[in-house]
Amino acid sequence: MGLVKRRFDALIIGAGGAGLNAALQMARTDARVAVVSKVFPTRSHTVAAQGGVNAALGNVMPDNWHWHMFDTVKGSDYLGDQDAIEYMCREAIPTVYELEHNGVPFSRLDNGKIYQRAFGGQSQNFGGAQAARTCAAADRTGHAILHTLYQQNLHARTHFFDEYFAIDLIRDDEGAILGALVLEIETGEPLLIEAKATVLATGGFGQVFRTTSNAHINTGDGMAMALRAGVPVMDMEFFQFHPTGIAGRGMLITEGVRGEGGYLINKDGERFMERYAPNAKDLASRDVVSRAIVTEVKEGRGCGPNADHVLLKLDHLGEEIISKRLPGIRETGKIFAGVDAAREPLPVFPTAHYAMGGIPTDRFGRVISPAGTGEEVVPGLYAAGECACVSVHGANRLGGNSLLDILVFGRAAGLDMQEQLREHHRPMNEAGVEQAMARLERWDQKGEGVGVRELRDEFRKAMEDHAGVFRTEEIMTEGLQILRKLRDKLSEVRLQDHSKVFNTARIEALELENLIDCGMAIAVSALARQESRGAHSRPDYPKRDDINWMKHTLYYRDGDRLDYKPVKTRPLTVEPFPPKERVY
Amino acid sequence: MQFLVSRFNPERDDKPRQQSFEVETWRGMMLRDALLEIKRQDESFTFRHSCGEGVCGSDGVNVNGTNRLACITPVSELNAPVEVRPFPGRPIIRDLVVDMSQFYNQYRAVEPWLVRKDPMPEQEILQSPEEREKLDGLYECIMCGCCSTACPSFWWNPEKFHGPQALLTAWRFLADSRDQAEEERLDALEGPYKLFRCHTIMNCVEVCPKGLNPTKAIGHIKQLMLKNAI
Ligand SMILES: Cc1cc2nc3c(=O)[nH]c(=O)nc-3n(C[C@H](O)[C@H](O)[C@H](O)COP(=O)(O)OP(=O)(O)OC[C@H]3O[C@@H](n4cnc5c(N)ncnc54)[C@H](O)[C@@H]3O)c2cc1C
Ligand code: SF4
Repeated sequence: MGLVKRRFDALIIGAGGAGLNAALQMARTDARVAVVSKVFPTRSHTVAAQGGVNAALGNVMPDNWHWHMFDTVKGSDYLGDQDAIEYMCREAIPTVYELEHNGVPFSRLDNGKIYQRAFGGQSQNFGGAQAARTCAAADRTGHAILHTLYQQNLHARTHFFDEYFAIDLIRDDEGAILGALVLEIETGEPLLIEAKATVLATGGFGQVFRTTSNAHINTGDGMAMALRAGVPVMDMEFFQFHPTGIAGRGMLITEGVRGEGGYLINKDGERFMERYAPNAKDLASRDVVSRAIVTEVKEGRGCGPNADHVLLKLDHLGEEIISKRLPGIRETGKIFAGVDAAREPLPVFPTAHYAMGGIPTDRFGRVISPAGTGEEVVPGLYAAGECACVSVHGANRLGGNSLLDILVFGRAAGLDMQEQLREHHRPMNEAGVEQAMARLERWDQKGEGVGVRELRDEFRKAMEDHAGVFRTEEIMTEGLQILRKLRDKLSEVRLQDHSKVFNTARIEALELENLIDCGMAIAVSALARQESRGAHSRPDYPKRDDINWMKHTLYYRDGDRLDYKPVKTRPLTVEPFPPKERVY
Repeated sequence: MQFLVSRFNPERDDKPRQQSFEVETWRGMMLRDALLEIKRQDESFTFRHSCGEGVCGSDGVNVNGTNRLACITPVSELNAPVEVRPFPGRPIIRDLVVDMSQFYNQYRAVEPWLVRKDPMPEQEILQSPEEREKLDGLYECIMCGCCSTACPSFWWNPEKFHGPQALLTAWRFLADSRDQAEEERLDALEGPYKLFRCHTIMNCVEVCPKGLNPTKAIGHIKQLMLKNAI
C-alpha cells in the first residue's frame, strides 16, 4: 500500500502557545497551513501555566522594557543572547495587548487595566526595588492563553490534525527540511506531510526526570527529531528545577504564591531565604531558591517525618486573596497534598520544570546550525517555544518569561515563514521517507524483550539521581555510564501490543526513544561544563567562569559530540550589559 | 483493590467486555495512577491522559456510573470493585477512548471567540474587576466533556443540541463586556434544539470536575433572550 501524502505550504508541529501563535500569523495570509498535535490542542501543556506572562506594561508601578531586559540578562547568568532578549522584552508589550484583544480574560485592576503581580528576579531601575511585571489571569494564565489562541485559530479556519504524532522530519541531501512523517493515532496509519516550511513547536521534556511538573506528553519529541536530522541542540545542561513542586508528587505551585506574599520556612519555622538572598528573599531567582531548599533538607532542617521537604506558607494572605488570585493552587494543594493552603502551609520540594536549552534558532525563529567557521540557517526549518533555544533564558529562566518566549517567537516564526512560502516545493527525498518509516516499523518486531515502561522508569530515575540540582564530576561520570547502558538496552525493547487502532503503547515507545536522546544531551553537556552558572550547579566548580565558559554548548547525537559557540553580547539598539556577579 | 475496566479493540472485538485487574493502592493514589498500574500489567490497555493535575481535560471516564477526571479522583473515594467505562453515548474507539468529534463540533458551532467590532485601542480594552468577575465560573472550562456526555438531551440529539459545554462557552462570550456580538450570538441559539433542548436535568452541574454550572449559564442565556424580546 502506498504511503498517503498531503501537501501544505507550512507545517506546524505542536499546538501549544508557540505553535498556535505561529499558526495565527499564517492564517491571516492565504497560505495553506497544517497544525499537527499529538493531543487535542487545548490539552497541550501550555494549559498548565499558572502565574502569568511578563511585559513591562507598568500598570501597577513604573516599569519599562529596558529594566525587563536587564533582569532577563542577569537572570540568564549572562548566557542569554542580548539581541534576542532585547527583541523579546520590547515585543512583550504589544504581544500582551494583542492577547488581550484576542480575548484572554486577564484579571483586572480597579482602573480596568490588566492585573500584574510580582515574580522572582524582577526589578525596577536595573536591580533596584521589586517590580510587578507578570500579567495574570488568576493562577490559570496558561489555560486562558491557550484556549484563546485555539479559539482565534478556529475563527481563522486553521487546518488541524488532532491526535497525530510526528515521527521524524524528512531532509534532502542539501540538508533542507521537506516536511514530516506523522502517524494518525486513531487509525495507526502513517501520513507524509510535505511543506515548504516546517515549525517545531513541541514543547519541553520534563519527563526525562522522575519528579516533574511536566505532563506525560512532554517527552522532547521535537528536539529528538532535530537531533536525528543532524541538527545540534544547545545548552541542554541548563534545566530548571522549580523550587515549589508538591513534595513527593511534583505538581507545580506557582511562584505567584511568593509574588503575592507567601514565603518558605524550614522545620524550625525559620524564613530561611533571608540567609541565602538577603534582598530578594523568597523572590530570588529560581535556581537560587531551589538550591537553598535542597541545602536546608540536606543539612537536616527539612520538615515532615522524613525531613525531606520545606513548607510554603500563605495562609496569612487571607481567604479572600487566596480565592481570588490563587484558586487553582488551593485546589491542587487540597487534592494532591491533602492541605487547604488557606489554613496550613504546603509541603514543597524542587521539581523538574523547564528546559532552557533546545534547538538553536535566531530571533526570527529560523533554526541555525554551525557551518564552516560561522553558522547557517537550516533551510525550511523553524523552531519556537520551549523546544527552541533562541537563547533568551541562558542558564536560568525567569518566571513569566516562557509564556512570553513562546508567544513572541511563535509569532516571529509565523511572520518570517511567509517569505519562504513564495518558493516551490522541493522534490521529496524518498530515502528520507524510508528512514522515517523504518523508525516506525522497528516497533513491529515481535518476541520477548524489555518493556517500554521498565526502561523508561529506570532512565528517569537515573537522570534524577545523576543530573539533578547539584552535580559533581563523580556523580555525573557514573550517571553517564548508566545512561549509556540504558540507551544500549533500547534495542532489546519489544512491544507486546502490535495493534493499530489508538495504540498508545507504540506512541510511548517512540516517546521513550526521544526521551533518551534528550537525556543523553543533558548528561553529556553537563559533565563537560566545569563551572557553576544558573541552573547548572557544580559543587566541585562552585564559581562562574566567564573566561572559559561564557559560551553556548552544542550537542550532536552522532557520537555524543560537543561543540561550542559564543554568546551574543551585543543587543540591537542599547548598550550591552557586561557580566557581573549575580546577587539577589 | 479490584478494578473492572471496559475493554474494546475494534481489530479483535465485536463489542465491549469487562476485564478485572487487581491493583495495589497507596495513600494519595488517584484513579489515573490505578489505570497506569493496569497499563503496566497489560500494555494494550488504552486511555487518554496527560497533565495529571486536572487542567488538560484528557482523562474523563465513567467510574462507578459517574463521569469524572481520573487524575483528580482519589481511589479512596471509590467503592470496589471499581467499574471504569468510557464516557456514555459516544462511539468507542478503543477501551476507554471515545470519539469526541461531535462534542468539539458543538463547541465550534457557538463561534467560541471574542468578537470586537470597534477598532482596537492601542493598549488593553478596559474592563472593570466587576465586569471581569462575570467570567469567573465560565472561562475555567477545560473541555473535558464530563458534562455533555452525562446529559440525556445530548445523548439523544448530539447533532442538534449544543450540550452543556458549548452553551457554557456561549454564555462565557455573552457575559464578556468586551464582546460585541450579542445579537448574532442570541439569534444563532434560536430554535427548538440548540439551546432549548436543555431540560434542566442538571447532570452537568453534578459531574463538572471544575465546579462549573452550565445549567445556570443556560438560564442566563434564556433570561437575556427574554429581556431582549420585550
Ligand atoms: C506547571 C507549569 C506551570 C508553568 N507556569 C508558567 C508561567 O506561569 N509563566 C511562564 O511564563 N511559563 C510557565 N511555564 C512554562 C510554560 O508554560 C511552557 O514552557 C510553555 O507553555 C511551553 O509552550 P510550547 O508551546 O512550547 O509547548 P507545549 O504547550 O508543551 O505544546 C507542545 C505541543 O507539541 C505537541 N507535540 C509534542 N510532540 C509532538 C509530536 N511528536 N507529534 C505531534 N505533536 C507533538 C503537543 O501535542 C503540544 O500541542 C509553566 C510550565 C509548567 C509545566
Ligand atoms: S463545563 Fe465542566 S464538565 Fe463540562 S467540559 Fe467544562 S470543565 Fe468539563
